[in-house]
Amino acid sequence: MAGYIVKRFFASILTMFVLITITFFLMHAVPGGPFSPAEERKVPKSVMEKMEEKFGLNEPLSVQYVNYLKSIAQGDLGFSFKQSDVTVNELISRGFPVSAKVGLVAIVVALIVGMLLGITSAIKRGKWADWASMIFATVGISIPNFVITVLMLFLFAVVLKLLPTYGLSSWKHYILPVIGLAFGPIAYIARLMRSSMLEVMRQDYILTARAKGVPEYRVIFKHALKNAIIPIVTYLGPLVAALLTGSFIVERVFSIPGIGRDFVTGISDRDYSVILGLTVFLGLFIIVANFIVDVLYAIIDRRVKIEE
Amino acid sequence: MTNMNYAWKGSEGANLRGDREQEWADIPDEDFARLDAGTMQSETISRPSKSYWQDAWSRFRKDPLAMIGLCTIVVIAVAAIVGPLFSAYTYDGQDIANQNQGPSAEHWFGTDKFGRDIFVRALYGAQISLTIGVAAAAINLVIGVIYGGISGYLGGKVDMVMMRIVDIMIGVPELLYIILLMMFLGNTIESILIAMSLTYWIGTARMVRSQVITLKHQEFVLAARATGSSNMRILFKHLIPNSMGPIIVTVTFLVPSAIFTEAFLSFLGIGIQVPMASWGTLVNDAIPTLFTQPYQMLFPALAISITMFALNFIGDGLRDALDPRLKK
Repeated sequence: MAGYIVKRFFASILTMFVLITITFFLMHAVPGGPFSPAEERKVPKSVMEKMEEKFGLNEPLSVQYVNYLKSIAQGDLGFSFKQSDVTVNELISRGFPVSAKVGLVAIVVALIVGMLLGITSAIKRGKWADWASMIFATVGISIPNFVITVLMLFLFAVVLKLLPTYGLSSWKHYILPVIGLAFGPIAYIARLMRSSMLEVMRQDYILTARAKGVPEYRVIFKHALKNAIIPIVTYLGPLVAALLTGSFIVERVFSIPGIGRDFVTGISDRDYSVILGLTVFLGLFIIVANFIVDVLYAIIDRRVKIEE
Repeated sequence: MTNMNYAWKGSEGANLRGDREQEWADIPDEDFARLDAGTMQSETISRPSKSYWQDAWSRFRKDPLAMIGLCTIVVIAVAAIVGPLFSAYTYDGQDIANQNQGPSAEHWFGTDKFGRDIFVRALYGAQISLTIGVAAAAINLVIGVIYGGISGYLGGKVDMVMMRIVDIMIGVPELLYIILLMMFLGNTIESILIAMSLTYWIGTARMVRSQVITLKHQEFVLAARATGSSNMRILFKHLIPNSMGPIIVTVTFLVPSAIFTEAFLSFLGIGIQVPMASWGTLVNDAIPTLFTQPYQMLFPALAISITMFALNFIGDGLRDALDPRLKK
């Protein structure tokens, strides 16, 4: 297992390098960006000075690349083209706590609701409860998250006028964004949980537990769940990625001041340096999350094949 | 006794073994009957044998959801191609006198804030979505088959290096990268396809690789090699066609995810360029008028949802039909 973890560690480090390298070279490809000829530059003078200083634009490309790596290693993700007094680090320290709060609630909701749906579906196999949860899961997997978010906004805020649509000032404000973020993951987790649960319920040790007279709820929640939950762990990495990209939609639609909204604002302002900085940050975040999940999975499930 | 043309009437022949011969001798002769020709012929195959594809098609045909999905996609595709030809409106034709009209006989889905007909725009959106879905799936099929095929067939060090590259690529958050590339490549269909081609093939490549590895030690490969086939021929004429079922299943699921990605990008404003319309753009454009003209959002949202349902049903049906082992 130690070998596997080391292997995954180096793969993750290399992935980070690939990510940073791609962003560096894209930075050079920006039309009208910091590295294009002077006559094409349309950035404010103060920004130009900062970039000259930061990247050493007269240095050869390799030196610039090393400098870029160094600054990222020091946690410096650059600054905004458009607002020359704002750094990407400031954007993140302002926006990330907001996004993380909504994201964490969404993770908890997605896991609880998704698993409950999956378990219900598995133990009521073929009954209406199974049908209902699986129809729900198909809907959740098929309909894109931005459509669900906008439909939710329309239904609860426009038609029923029940919930607020702007900002995050009370617990009510969390409901729609959390549903928007969690809907797809709930569907995915429910399907995963159902098939995993069905698989486990067929095992002999479940039969043994029942034969011993263990009450059914204990068979399900203690004996079966412990093993059925393992595949869910593998989904946690993609879940983090899904929530981060989902936040682009949800934070834009509900005007939540998180990094998702900063990212989308960066896109519409063509603020390349903000987008690159945020991409590096979000990308590294996802890579680290994936690594942690892989290690966790290796620890939990000894049966996991190290060699693949 | 060893004459196979005789059968004992009192038995189905299941437990007759040599050590029973003594018991057999006790059975009176009249209990034995000569088999008629009909019974003999039951051994011959009377129906024409079905190929793998015919078999898969007959399984697919019996799956109602998959057939509904297929019909839906055919209807949408025909409407997307033919519909705009018969419409009095174009996707970019503005009509200031008819801004923000509700659905009516003239404008089935109503009009937007520039007086453009949303039905025609949705049909153009269907053209774009389906084109991107099919093209992305085709490009990634080619890349994935070549990459995975070579990696799996050659094995050894080549495979090791190629799979390490995949391990690294798979960790790169693809949607982030597609967004980044779109920013730099510009808002065209081609750049969406290029951006998606960077990462989408990885799943196909892994699947093809594992298929090739399981197949490459089978006798038909040995036979091909014995008759002097080159590696390229063995790989592309023997191994790949034999793993076509699972490959098609994987690629089918790429179509809805490519359509989703395009709509997602267009929703964020970096997909298709105005005045062209994609379903993502249409939903995005409708947000400011959601409180007053909700139909502007509802129709495109429905169109994309129905398409995604249909494609997912087709994918599920194909998986069950082509790769019965995967059926749960």
